[in-house]
Amino acid sequence: MQCPKCHAAMHTYNRNGVQIEQCSNCRGIFLDYGELEALTRLESQWSPAAPPAPPAPQAYPAPPAPAWGAPQHGGHHGGHYGGHHRHKSFGHMLFSS
Amino acid sequence: MSPHPSLAARVRQAVHPGRDLPGCACETVVLADRPDATVVRHGSLVGKAHAPGTDPEALAARLRVAARLPGVLLPPVATAPEGQPRPHTLWPYGTPVDPGDPDAAPWEAAGTLLARLHRTPAPPGLPPMRGPAKAADAVHRLRRTVGPGHPATAPILAAWSTLAPWARAEAPLPASALCHGDLHLGQLVRHPAPDGPWHLIDVDDLGTGVPAWDLARPAAWYACGLLPPDEWARFLGAYRSAGGPAVPADGDPWPALDVPARALTVQTAASSVAKAAAEDRSLDEVEQALVDACARMGRLPGAQAPNPPT
Repeated sequence: MQCPKCHAAMHTYNRNGVQIEQCSNCRGIFLDYGELEALTRLESQWSPAAPPAPPAPQAYPAPPAPAWGAPQHGGHHGGHYGGHHRHKSFGHMLFSS
Repeated sequence: MSPHPSLAARVRQAVHPGRDLPGCACETVVLADRPDATVVRHGSLVGKAHAPGTDPEALAARLRVAARLPGVLLPPVATAPEGQPRPHTLWPYGTPVDPGDPDAAPWEAAGTLLARLHRTPAPPGLPPMRGPAKAADAVHRLRRTVGPGHPATAPILAAWSTLAPWARAEAPLPASALCHGDLHLGQLVRHPAPDGPWHLIDVDDLGTGVPAWDLARPAAWYACGLLPPDEWARFLGAYRSAGGPAVPADGDPWPALDVPARALTVQTAASSVAKAAAEDRSLDEVEQALVDACARMGRLPGAQAPNPPT
């Protein structure tokens, strides 16, 4: 996606299981619906006394997608393809004009 | 029993030349029977009855391309179609992708074959590829058979209106490459059966045009959240590795893919909604994802995209 502020390309990063888009130019950050809440929830789980956890492994960024694409792009939480079972209707679509 | 006895008889005769027609014990199997194509198999050969009104000269020009590119397109048995009003053609039987196992889809082969097709100079006199015409047909059918009463019609038509005229078949197609025109997983077969190399089949829509169109159906599926990112990456990566000219060798491919992928999203949404309406049912999750993508297209600023680079 493109940065809504400076229109440079945005790259997807995985932070503790939450997908974050960051602009390659102005470093601005875009959060999808629910992602801020997910981050807040994660933050509240941190005990002040707990030792710092090792950083989460960097997820392989999803390939770029257009602005009109599905909002869940780049997420493990999204897409209609979830799991090992393709939707039957899409299975048919793969084979037809 | 074949819905096209003359087609079945022709295939049978080609498989067993010189034998009395009723005297063979092999089975004739109908592989497809749609308004635009009937396909029957008998032994090692397949006969196709093309759509009524198919231009025999244009079809012959397309068959000659297939005959000249045997490593890319399945070569026909003969390059002269026969019969009217539905011309018949004969092909060797090839093993298709198993529809019950789309995870085994040969995405790398599809990308590589398209790159090789797109890198082949188009012979003079070849007609334009029919991708935009088919998208326009689907939108026309939606208008005619479903109409404004369905909640999906307005967003689909709004998305259609964002497309450049060439992508709606309302202006000449920028002709920069030899294109297949209708790529999907049903357009790949292994030849010789059962485990030869993959080939592209179905030259009915083949012609000169914008090569990104051939990448646009998988691109649309990926953009709509239907095709997993890794399968899209395998397809696009193979296309790029084989030197395909439709997108830059690296970087963001979407400036080149955007218009065709929008068109294929609109076409697929329009066909899906028409089908759901004909079956008097609501849209399923996949069909709704396509309509939702159309709605987002209609809301984007600067929707009238320029022509792709030629």
